[in-house]
Amino acid sequence: MEHATATHAPGELILRLRGVGKNFGAVTALKDIDLDVHAGEVVALVGDNGAGKSTLVKVLAGVHQPTTGTIEVQGKPVTLDTPGKALELGIATVFQDLALCENLDVVANLFLGHEICPWRMDEVQMEVRAWTLLQELAARIPSVREPIASLSGGQRQTVAIARSLLLEPQIIMLDEPTAALGVAQTAEVLNLIERVRARGHGVILISHNMEDVRAVADRIVVLRLGRNNGVYTAETSHQELVAAITGASENSVSRRAARKLEEVDQG
Amino acid sequence: MAQISQKNAATAHLDQGDSRVRHDTGLSGALRGFIDRVSSGDLGMLPVVIGLVLISIAFSLLNPVFLAPANLVNVLFDAAAVGFIALGVVCVLLLGEIDLSIGSMSGLSSAIIGVLWINTGLPLAVAIAGSLAMGALVGVVYGILRNRFEMPSFVATLSGLLALLGLQLYILGPTGSINLPFTSPLVRFGQILIMPEWLSYLVAMLPGVLIVVGAVRTNAQRTAANLSSAGMSVAIAKAVVLTLGLVFAVYYLELSRGVPWMFGVFVLFVVLLDYALVRTQWGRSMFAVGGNAEAARRSGINVRRIRMSAFVVCSTFAALGGVFAAARLASASQQAGSGDVNLNAIAAAVIGGTSLFGGRGSAWSALLGVLVIMAISNGLTLLNLSSSLRYMITGAVLAIAVIVDSLARRSRASHGRA
Repeated sequence: MEHATATHAPGELILRLRGVGKNFGAVTALKDIDLDVHAGEVVALVGDNGAGKSTLVKVLAGVHQPTTGTIEVQGKPVTLDTPGKALELGIATVFQDLALCENLDVVANLFLGHEICPWRMDEVQMEVRAWTLLQELAARIPSVREPIASLSGGQRQTVAIARSLLLEPQIIMLDEPTAALGVAQTAEVLNLIERVRARGHGVILISHNMEDVRAVADRIVVLRLGRNNGVYTAETSHQELVAAITGASENSVSRRAARKLEEVDQG
Repeated sequence: MAQISQKNAATAHLDQGDSRVRHDTGLSGALRGFIDRVSSGDLGMLPVVIGLVLISIAFSLLNPVFLAPANLVNVLFDAAAVGFIALGVVCVLLLGEIDLSIGSMSGLSSAIIGVLWINTGLPLAVAIAGSLAMGALVGVVYGILRNRFEMPSFVATLSGLLALLGLQLYILGPTGSINLPFTSPLVRFGQILIMPEWLSYLVAMLPGVLIVVGAVRTNAQRTAANLSSAGMSVAIAKAVVLTLGLVFAVYYLELSRGVPWMFGVFVLFVVLLDYALVRTQWGRSMFAVGGNAEAARRSGINVRRIRMSAFVVCSTFAALGGVFAAARLASASQQAGSGDVNLNAIAAAVIGGTSLFGGRGSAWSALLGVLVIMAISNGLTLLNLSSSLRYMITGAVLAIAVIVDSLARRSRASHGRA
């Protein structure tokens, strides 16, 4: 089956960045970034605003071209000069705004731009594949023939993730997938990420939410001011992560925590 | 919890695993689904059908001639030209764009027919090809203005309206009007030629047969793929109602002259465009660009090419409409394509249910909408109303159609439909 192209031996290195840098004029957005992603692994990318997360995502999605450094997919050096090229090489991106067409139904959105039989679309086959994919993800979509407009935020996120999986990518990048979601829906999306990992895809998760990151990530890569600032695991303490993100153990987050603690003590 | 739902999914059809969804089956289910859709603002073809009934009642009360077979045959003759233009308008409206120069384009096209065919003496086929090529060229220009220069189509085509009108006046020269010979095939096609009776009946029965055959095939495919199938009752009911209606319509028209070839050709193009919009990747991309252009772009759709194609299709259909109008009027004049042609074509598309906001609509809306517009125009003419009143009333009808469109859109948004 087509899945065979995506499933790798778990742990196989599929994406390797070495010394990647990106300048916008005089501004250095990224400098000397190293990043490894293995098959069946969730790598979280965290950092403060302006740390370079979005730039790195855009470099990997083929939107921006890096100024320096090398990108290797499965051991072969590649250039990602267009979004189409990135998709071709098996790097799929779920953007923060999802980019779904609200007036079309779930099947149409999943297959948008990749319809089966362009001159006489095979609706039945597309619907079957849509259901199969959604069931594999244990996604709870009531009907694939309803327009996207009738779905909830979490369901839309699910459709967007399912769409990125349709082309059987090796790596899927999720940009803030839980930012707009409620508690239950966030849990659903986290479950989904784990199922994607179980299918053997590499996952890059960009998030501001430390709880979500620690819940699913195998490794946590911290960016700070456009540079690598350490690689951590889910066992790392919250304070340590915040310190890595902000660059100091003495930071606004720790000061606030200390103040709260004082108030409690006094009260 | 997950186990339970998986168990359900295993026993039920692939698409009916979710217990939260009501699965409508049979005739009553179809009726319930229809009522749900309408009450949430998904009106579809409903306003136009109600409109047609109301118009027929009102005008036949005012003047019984309105519903006479001979008059209805005339309405169909008149409808084809504007119908073609409306068909093109559907394409640009689907993208949320507009073409305001369709009237001028059709006028220019009939002028090209007159000049190339009568004045220059070229074969008719060459003249028609010339005006269609002109239509395509104008569409390409609009596409470039929209894609390269980010010019709103509203402004680009508004300037096109004036420019094309100027070109039409220029090539017609000082005489301003060219008469087409009455014995020519083109004018006979536009004024006299009627489909043979047997063919009309055959065509009237075709949709019903196609619906049933299509339903049988789809059901077989879906069952083979373990998807739920809709059942035959709805398809058969639809087919019976449609066939009875169409056969009666043909019978009624045959009491007079019959079904004009011109109208038959128009319906054929409606069917072709409907297939292109519903069953091909191009059509799916049109809806996607109209719904969310950025999402379409990120899905790998070439948004610029889709826009270009829509403008080209629109202008070419407008040019074809101009050819039909010339055939109908047996002349190419300065007045061709002026006046209410623009508004009638856009109104027809919107009244038929194609949204001005993009992403919603169908080729059939051009057919139904143009029948409404032509019925109104014909009824008002029968009442001997001056064109000043006709313009005002047609303007009001367009305004009402757009209000219905906007309100339905708001209602859909609040009911979670697109």
